[in-house]
Amino acid sequence: MRNETVLGGGAAGGYEEPSQCSEHVAIADRDGVVGTIMLAPAVIYVIALVAVPFFLAIALSLSDATVGNPSAHQFVGFDNFTSMIYEAAFTFALRNSIIITAATLVLLTVLTILQVELLARDFPGKRIAQILLILPWAMPVALAAIGWLWLLDSEFSPIDWLLRAVGLLGPGTVLGPANNLYYLGREWLGIGAVVVINVWRTLPLSTIIVLAGRTAIPNEVYEQAELDGAGYFRTLFQITLPALAILLIVAILFTVLVIFGDMTVVALTTRGGPGYATEILPYWAYLKGIQGGALSQGAAIALFLFPVLLAASVLALRMAYRREG
Amino acid sequence: MAILEVRGVAKHFGDFSALNGIDLATREGEFLTIVGPSGCGKTTLMRVIAGLEKPTAGAVLLNGKVVTPLPPRARNIAMVFQSYALYPHMSVVDNIAFPLKARRVPKAERERRIRWAAGVLGIGGLLHRRPARLSGGEKQKVALARAIVRKPSLFIFDEPLSSLDAQVRAMARAELRQLHDRTGVTTVYVTHDQIEAVGLGDRVAIMQAGALRQIGSPQELYYEPANTFVAGFIGTPPMNLLKHAGATVGFRPEHAMPRAAVPQFKDVATLQVCITRVEFLGSEWLAYGTVDGEFGNAKVLCKLREEAIGKVKVGEVQEFVVPRAQLRFFDKETGRRTAPAPV
Repeated sequence: MRNETVLGGGAAGGYEEPSQCSEHVAIADRDGVVGTIMLAPAVIYVIALVAVPFFLAIALSLSDATVGNPSAHQFVGFDNFTSMIYEAAFTFALRNSIIITAATLVLLTVLTILQVELLARDFPGKRIAQILLILPWAMPVALAAIGWLWLLDSEFSPIDWLLRAVGLLGPGTVLGPANNLYYLGREWLGIGAVVVINVWRTLPLSTIIVLAGRTAIPNEVYEQAELDGAGYFRTLFQITLPALAILLIVAILFTVLVIFGDMTVVALTTRGGPGYATEILPYWAYLKGIQGGALSQGAAIALFLFPVLLAASVLALRMAYRREG
Repeated sequence: MAILEVRGVAKHFGDFSALNGIDLATREGEFLTIVGPSGCGKTTLMRVIAGLEKPTAGAVLLNGKVVTPLPPRARNIAMVFQSYALYPHMSVVDNIAFPLKARRVPKAERERRIRWAAGVLGIGGLLHRRPARLSGGEKQKVALARAIVRKPSLFIFDEPLSSLDAQVRAMARAELRQLHDRTGVTTVYVTHDQIEAVGLGDRVAIMQAGALRQIGSPQELYYEPANTFVAGFIGTPPMNLLKHAGATVGFRPEHAMPRAAVPQFKDVATLQVCITRVEFLGSEWLAYGTVDGEFGNAKVLCKLREEAIGKVKVGEVQEFVVPRAQLRFFDKETGRRTAPAPV
C-alpha cells in the first residue's frame, strides 16, 4: 500500500480497495461441462434425424422390406437396384431429375448474379424491391403451389389470358389453334413449369448468400477499376465474379442439392404426369416406396444418385477451398 | 506532364456543403499536397478531380481542357487509395496488368511496361503473390506500380501512408517523393498530417470546412500564415496565438526565449511567462507556461535550446522576449493576417 501515501490518503483518492478474487468455480465456468451441454442437442439431432435414417435407408435398399412388413429383413443384395433400372418410369425420373436440376442450376446462377448486381446498387425503391425478392422464400410451399396452379391452370390460366389478349394464343396465332397452352399437361411445358417454380422458390436464398459477399467487397475496389479504365463487363467478370466464386458455388450447390431431393413442387403440380413425362427420382421413390408399399425399392431409388451427388459436392467444395487458398 | 486546374468547385450532399468554391491550379510536374483536419472536404475534392463525384458547380481542367463531364476512365488520372484497393483475388502481376488490359495494350508492350514498373518499385520478386500475403509497405508499392504502369498524366494519392506503421512510413514517404522525382508526373497528395504535407510538397494547400485557406510553399505557410487557422495548424507545436488589444498576435514557439538567455536582443516584445512544466524532446526542450496581464492568462509554448534551459525554473514567473520581426498579427474577428500593430 505504498501508493496510498502518494495518492494522499486512501478514500480521499476515491479509489476503494478492490475485492479479492472469488474461489468459487460455478458449473458455467467449467468449459468441458458447458461444451458438452451445448453440443448435445446438435449431436442428438444429427444422429437421430440424419445418421439413423440414412443407414436405415441403405439397409432397406438391400432388403426386401415392404410397408406391410418393414421388419422382415431378407438380404437381397443389389436386386432392388437392378430391377428398378428396367422400369420405364425410372428412366423418365432419372432423365427429368437431371434435366430439371441442370436447368435450375443454370437459370439460378444467371438470375442470382443479375439480382445481386441490381441490389448492390442504390436506386429509389430499393427497400421494397428487396422485400419483394425475399417474399418467395417466406411463402409456404403449399400456398405458393395454389398460386402457381392457378397461373398454370388448363382453362383459367392468367398467362394464357394475357397471351390471348396480345394475340399470341388462340385459333390462327403463333402459339397454335387451341385456346390454352395446358402447361401441366404437356411434357416439356410441365418440366419447364417445374424448373420455373424451383427457381422462383430458391432464388431468394442464393441471392441473399451471394449478396452478403458482394457487399463485403469494398467500394474502393470498384472505384479503382473505374479509374483503371475497366468497363461494366470487365469489372463483372474479372472482379465481381472471381471474388464471389466461392459463395456462388456454395449457394448454388446447396440449393441444387435441395432441389434434387425435393418432391414438393412436382407432387403439388404435375404429379409426374402426363404419364411419366415429368416424373422425378424423389417423387418416384415416394410413389413406389410409400404409396406402392415397396419400401426397399423406394429406398433404392432414393439412394440411386447419392454417390454422384456426394462426389459433385466434394468436388465443388474442394474447388472453392482451392480458390480461397 | 499535366497541369491540373480546379475552378470554383462546389459540392453539396443534400443540405451539407462539402466544398464551397475551391480554386487551385498545379504547376507542371508539381508535387502538391492538400492538408486539413478530417471532414474538411479534401477527400471529396480528390474524388471530384478523379471523376468519382460530379461537382455541384465549377469545373476541373486538365491541361486547359475541361474534363468535368468525362467519366474517370477517360481522364487518365491514376489514384492510389488509402486502402490501396488491390484486387484481392489477382496476383501482383495481374493487378499491375489490369489497367493495361482494360486499355487493350498489346501483350508484348504490356509485359515490357510491367517489368519497368516492377523494377522502378523493386517488387520484381513479389509478382506471383496474392495481395493477402503482402505487408502494408509491399501493398503500397504494388498500388504505386499499378498506378504508374499506364503512364497517367496526373497522380492522386489519398492518405497512402496512413495505414503503415510509423517506422515504415518515413521510408515510404521518401520513396514516394523519389518516385515523383523519377517520373515527373504532376501529383496531388491528400493527407491530414501536416508534417507529411510540409515534408513532401513543393507547395501545400490547406483546407478547412470545405474552403481553401492558403496555398503556398511550406516556408510561406510556416513563416507567413495567411490566417489564424493556418498558423494554428502548421508547425509542431503550432504558433502561439494570443489576444492583445483588439488583435491576435502570433509567434512560433522557437522565437520566444528567456530574456536572461539573450540579453543582447534588441527590438523585442516582452512577456511575463509563468512556467508550469518543462519537457525534454531530445534536441530541444519544450516549456509550457501561462502569460497573464494584458494577454489574459493565455497558455503559451516555448521551444528552448540547450543553453537556455538553465535559465528557466518550473513555478517561476520569467521574462520572455520575442523579436518584433517574428510577431504576426491577425484580425480578431476574421482571423485574417493584418499589418503589424504595437505590442
